[in-house]
Amino acid sequence: MEMTTTDIVIVGAGGAGLRAAIAIAESNPDLKIALLSKVYPMRSHTVAAEGGAAGVAKDEDSLDNHFNDTVSGGDWLCDQDAVDLFVEQAPKELTQMEHWGCPWSRTSDGKVAVRPFGGMKIERTWYAADKTGFHMLHTLFQTSMQYPSIERYDEYYTTDLLMVDGACRGVAAIEMRTGQMRLFRAKAVIICTGGAGRVFPFTTNGAIKTGDGMAMAYRAGVALKDMEFVQYHPTGLPGTGILITEGSRGEGGILVNNDGYRYLQDYNLGPPDPWPRKKAMELGPRDRLSQAFWHEQKKGRTISTPHGDVVHLDLRHLGEKKINERLPMVRDLAISYVGVDPVKEPIPVRPVVHYTMGGIDTDIDAKTAVPGLFAAGECACVSINGANRLGSNSLTELLVFGSRAGRGAAEVAMAESTHVDESAIEKAAEEARAKVTGLFQNVGGGETISGLRKDMNSTMEEGAGIYRTEESLKDTCVTMKEIHARFANIDLEDKSNVYNTDLLQALELGAMIDVARAMAVSALNRQESRGSHQRLDFVERDDEKFLRHSLASYAGADDPGVDYRDVVITRSQPAERVYGGDQK
Amino acid sequence: MSLRTFELEIMRYDPDKDSEPRFETFSVPCEEDWVVLDAVNYVKDNLDRTLSYRWSCHMAVCGSCGMMINGEPSLSCKTFMRHMPDKIRIEPLANFPIERDLVVVMDDFMDKLASVKPYLVAKEKKAVEDGSYLQSPAQLKKFKQYTLCINCTLCYSACPQYALGEGFVGPAALALAHRYNLDSRDVGRSARADVVASNEGIWECSFVGACSEVCPEHVDPAGAIQQTKIASTLDYFKDLITPGRDK
Repeated sequence: MEMTTTDIVIVGAGGAGLRAAIAIAESNPDLKIALLSKVYPMRSHTVAAEGGAAGVAKDEDSLDNHFNDTVSGGDWLCDQDAVDLFVEQAPKELTQMEHWGCPWSRTSDGKVAVRPFGGMKIERTWYAADKTGFHMLHTLFQTSMQYPSIERYDEYYTTDLLMVDGACRGVAAIEMRTGQMRLFRAKAVIICTGGAGRVFPFTTNGAIKTGDGMAMAYRAGVALKDMEFVQYHPTGLPGTGILITEGSRGEGGILVNNDGYRYLQDYNLGPPDPWPRKKAMELGPRDRLSQAFWHEQKKGRTISTPHGDVVHLDLRHLGEKKINERLPMVRDLAISYVGVDPVKEPIPVRPVVHYTMGGIDTDIDAKTAVPGLFAAGECACVSINGANRLGSNSLTELLVFGSRAGRGAAEVAMAESTHVDESAIEKAAEEARAKVTGLFQNVGGGETISGLRKDMNSTMEEGAGIYRTEESLKDTCVTMKEIHARFANIDLEDKSNVYNTDLLQALELGAMIDVARAMAVSALNRQESRGSHQRLDFVERDDEKFLRHSLASYAGADDPGVDYRDVVITRSQPAERVYGGDQK
Repeated sequence: MSLRTFELEIMRYDPDKDSEPRFETFSVPCEEDWVVLDAVNYVKDNLDRTLSYRWSCHMAVCGSCGMMINGEPSLSCKTFMRHMPDKIRIEPLANFPIERDLVVVMDDFMDKLASVKPYLVAKEKKAVEDGSYLQSPAQLKKFKQYTLCINCTLCYSACPQYALGEGFVGPAALALAHRYNLDSRDVGRSARADVVASNEGIWECSFVGACSEVCPEHVDPAGAIQQTKIASTLDYFKDLITPGRDK
C-alpha cells in the first residue's frame, strides 16, 4: 500500500481542521502536516454557518457574562474550566481572524460590530453580514495557502484510524479519484470532521455531515460523550431544512403562530415588550424555542403546509434597508426556496436538527484518551456546550479548540523522535482495506443504502426527536440495532474505482448508524430532562443523578455501554434557567 | 404536492469502462418545489446508484454542485424544476476535464486560486493583544462584493478565454486577488502582480462578461478584472515617470 509519512494528520478541512493546520504551521514550520478531507476545504459545512461567532467585545460586557450565558444555556452540563478557557480565548481568536482578513461587519467608527444572539446578556456575536461561517472558512482556507508545510489531500475519504500499541499513529484513506487505499503514517492525528445531523431526516446539515470522524474514534475505543444532546434550531425552512439564522431574531425578528400571536410569552420567555430585549422571547435559547413550537403544534396553533407545520418569522418591521444590509442571504434564501420575500411577508419556519452537542470525548486540551489522538470542532465534545449550545459559540469553538488541538499535536509530534515501524502500521492499514474490499464482495443481500438511510432517519425522528419517552427510545434502539445488522446485506451496485459515491455513501451510512445508536442508547439511559434532551416521562432535571456526562462505548453489534463522569463545576452551581422577565 | 415528470438526459463517463462520454436518460417524477439537484438525487437513490456527482449544502453556499444544465453553467441546488422544460440535459461543467460522470477535475482551478496569493499581506505583523485593525464600513464596502465568491467555478465554465486552455488565470482567482488588493489592511498588491498582471492574467481577458452573467453570488469578476487592468496600467505609467518608486 502506498504510504505517506508525515508528522501530523488532520482529518477534515473545515474551520477546525484549517485552524489546527495553521496553528501547527505557525508553532513549528518544520512539522509536516497532511490535511485530508473528503471534500475540497471550501465545501466543508462551516461554510453554511450564518449568524456569527461569540466573543466578548464591548466594554460593558465581561468574560463572566459570556461564561454565565454559556453555562446556563447549557443547563449546567458544561465543564466550567473549559468554558472559562473558551471565553478567555474567544476574543483573541476572533481578532486573529480579523488580522487574517476576515471581512467582519463594522460600526461607523471602524470597529468590529457585534449583534445579540439567543440567551445572550450583552451582544457579543461578531458577524460578517449573515454569511459568517462562509467568510471564516474562506479566510482560513486562503490564509492556509501561505504555509508550505500544509500539504492538502483533497477528496480523500478517511476510513480508519490506525492504532499501533494502543496509540493512534496514522489513518487509512481512500483516494477518491483512483479508489486506491492510501496509508498515512504520523506521530499524531487530529479529527475535525464535524457533526452528524444527517442521522435525522430534517436537518440544516449538508450531505457531508455524516459523523465519520465520530464513528472512527468510537470504533477505535474513544467514548462518545453526551450524544443524547442534539440541538434543534427553531427556524429552518420547511421542506429543505435550510437555516434561517438566529441573527434574524437578533436584529429584531419575531415569531408568531397561526393567530399572529407571539406565542413564546406563554412559555416563560415573556413578556413580549419592550422588544428587542436580550435573553427574552425570540432571544431565548434554542432548546426552549424549539420545545415551545412542539407545544404550539400540539395545541393546534401552528400553520399547516405541505412540508409540515410551521410558525411565522416576521422581519417586515426591520425594513428593506436593514434586511439587505444585515440579512441579505436570509432574504435570498427565503425568496428562492419558499417564494417569500421577507420584506413583504413573514417566513414560514419550523424546528430543524442543527447541531450535535455530543461527540468525541476530549479534555480541555482537545486530547482524547487514546495517545496521539486529538479532536476539535463539532465532532468533539470538550464540553463547552453542555445540554444546549448557545448560538454563535460553535464558530468560536472551532477556532479556540482547533488551534489548541494543533498546538497539542505539534508538541506530541516534536516529542516523538521516530515514527512507528512500517510493518506494524501496514498491518493495521491492511485490516482497514479488507473492510472496504468486503463491502464490494457482498452480493445478493438486497438492502439498499437509500432504504436503510430512510429507515434510520425515520426511527431517529420518531423516537429521539425534540421530546422523547422510554417507549419511543426503546423502539428506536431496537430498530437501530436491526438496521445495524441489515447493513451487512447492502449490495454495492457501483464497482468502479473512480469517484465511487456508492461506496462512500455506504461508508458514511455505516458511520451514521453507529453514531445514531450512541445517541439513542444515551438518550434512553438519561432519565431526566435537561437542555435539548426532553423526556415526557422524566420532566425534571435531576442533578442528583445526572449532573454527569454520558460516555458511550462502542460494542459492535451490541448496544453501546454507557458510563458517566461528573461535570466540572468550579464557580457556578446549578440553578434554574431564567429567561424573559422585565430585565433589559 | 403536484408531480410533473421530467426526462433527465445525463452525461455519463466512467474511465474504467467508457472510451468516451455518453448520455443516459432517466424519467423522474418531480415535486413542484424541487431543484435540479433533488431530481439528480432521485436518480441516485432510486434509479441508478452508480451516478457520480458532487453536492453538499443544498443552499447555494458550498459551491459543490455546479453542472451544465441545458447548456448553462448552473448550481443544481438553485435551479428550479418549475422553470425547466420537460427535457433537461445535464452535463459536467464545461472547460474542465471529466473525472467521472458529472465530477470534473479541479486541480487547475485550485492551483490558480493559490497562484494569486489570496491572503492578507499586512504592512507589519500585529499582535492579537493589540486588537483589530480599524476599517470603516466604506472601506469594507470597497472589496466586500469580491469576498462573496463560493469557488463554484461556473465562471471558468462560461469563460471563452479559459476554454482556449492557454493558461488564463481566470475570473474567480483574479477577482479574489482584486478583493485583497482593495482591502485597506493589505499591502500585497505588488506581490500579486507577478501573476495577476502577467500574460496569463488580466490581459488575457477579452471582456465578454460571461463570467459575471453566470455568477450565482453576483461577484462580478469581469468588473474586477477591468478595474485591475486600469490600476495596473496606472502602475505602468507611474513606473515610467518615477522609476524605482515605492509600490
